[in-house]
Amino acid sequence: MAIDNETIRHVAHLARIDLQAKELERLHVQLHEILGFIDKISNLNIEDVLPASHILPISNVLREDIPHTSLTPERALENAPSKKGNFFSVPKIIE
Amino acid sequence: MELNQLTAHELLVRLKSGSVASEAVQEALYARIEKVDSKINAYVRRADFRKNDAVNKKQGLLFSLPVTVKDNICTEGLNTECCSKILAGFCPPYEATVISKLKKAGAEIFPLKANMDEFAFGSSTENSCFGPTHNPWNLGCVPGGSSGGSAAAVAADEAIWALGSDTGGSIRQPASFCGVVGLKPTYGRVSRFGLIAFASSLDQIGPITKDVEDAAILTQAISGYDPNDSTSVDQDVPDYLKSLTKDIKGLRVGIPKEYFVEGMDSEVKSVIEQAVNKLKTLGASVKEVSLPHTEYAVPVYYIIATAEASSNLARFDGVQYGYRAKSDNLIEMYKRTRAEGFGDEAKRRIILGTFALSHGYYDAYYLRALKVRTLIKQDFDRVFAEFDCIAAPTSPTPAFKLGERASEPLKMYLSDIYTISVNLAGIPAISIPCGFTKDKLPVGLQIMAGSFNEEMLFRVAHTFEQNTEWHKIKSSL
Repeated sequence: MAIDNETIRHVAHLARIDLQAKELERLHVQLHEILGFIDKISNLNIEDVLPASHILPISNVLREDIPHTSLTPERALENAPSKKGNFFSVPKIIE
Repeated sequence: MELNQLTAHELLVRLKSGSVASEAVQEALYARIEKVDSKINAYVRRADFRKNDAVNKKQGLLFSLPVTVKDNICTEGLNTECCSKILAGFCPPYEATVISKLKKAGAEIFPLKANMDEFAFGSSTENSCFGPTHNPWNLGCVPGGSSGGSAAAVAADEAIWALGSDTGGSIRQPASFCGVVGLKPTYGRVSRFGLIAFASSLDQIGPITKDVEDAAILTQAISGYDPNDSTSVDQDVPDYLKSLTKDIKGLRVGIPKEYFVEGMDSEVKSVIEQAVNKLKTLGASVKEVSLPHTEYAVPVYYIIATAEASSNLARFDGVQYGYRAKSDNLIEMYKRTRAEGFGDEAKRRIILGTFALSHGYYDAYYLRALKVRTLIKQDFDRVFAEFDCIAAPTSPTPAFKLGERASEPLKMYLSDIYTISVNLAGIPAISIPCGFTKDKLPVGLQIMAGSFNEEMLFRVAHTFEQNTEWHKIKSSL
């Protein structure tokens, strides 16, 4: 499957990554080559095969809902690039 | 021999008897690092490093023996940055379950972390924001990756033993390139709680060691169910030392014919053939087998692994930890943080994975890949119904030159051609030293077994090792 610059730009936006024009050019060439290789799997007849959504035969892993201590707000905020009180601080979202 | 050159089990005997003090082991490691790591770069953030002044005298099985840890495994109070600018300065407020287990067993966590490809994206450790690690056997070559720092540190006697992580070969391939032992346990055997996630359906933590006995001891210490990792399996951990029987008579070993095809280095081929002959001499019954979907493993992997990575790495957005680019606008802040914080390979994989999951492409790529993954798993199920294990090369080539594949991602991806299927099938596999090329580069023999049959790997690997001398040869660094 071919991939064009417009698609890469759109996907990069979805992934929240700013791409420089040069990076976009390089990615175009590389992704084209990688996707060409990956397309190998389109030749297989796999209509009746079930997808391997999980490799182990375990499902619905549940636990008892028992209260326990967690990180304190101070610990949880230790690595924050910006914080105010007990909150992570980010650029203004609402005008 | 210096203390840092000994294996863990050799040191444990001395520590137990009191003939060696744990401080002396750490001192020997520091001295070695001081001497060689400016050339190897196996450890990161060496400049801001402070020695552990007081080694805690711990009882327990592991007698304060230091374990080197890859930079993507959370160590409380010790920076864990995945060798990425986007996690610069990140000091985890909690520790990984494997770290708690090691401490509980009496081990010391070595205060320097091991170099790696950023977020474990790579096969050469060239994608590290701290610069590449060099192969102790030839400084112009890569150590493999992504756990290249862990493997090079063990090979260069800068570590007694180490932890790595393996998503598509990231423990076994560097172990092979550096001439040491590396094991990827069965998916679910070892808790990933505190391992910074790359591809959650594939990632496993495992040991990189100087010999098979050390691998058995370290695997034993980190294995087991953990309520904090819902994919870990509640199944008893066997005594792996009991598997070191030095006997493989009558074992049925399969050799996958699809692994001996075009693209394989001729010297590697002949070293592996000699290793397989050795298994025969030791009494194993060796037969060719087929894993017919082998050629699809790399494409399937680069869809599934990148899709999962694109989702896992969404959390690195400059809000809770690490690097943040300055901006007054939230979306702009995200985009610039990620543009400036991630390296080229991380961006490439996130974009490829986002594409594979995006509207209109999901069925053609992601869903199809999951179906082919089923076929790859079934290939192994069929073989293990009749065979005890599979023997194969770990990598199609010995260590390659630094820079050689750095600008060709597809070529780099193909270095994992023999290791990736194992992660897709969830089975365990080990790489052990089995010879050298004419240029004195190590070659690894890979042994694979059915799910939760690590005992088989230890049995076969140990028997081979104890009847050969490859693991004793050190680089002339």
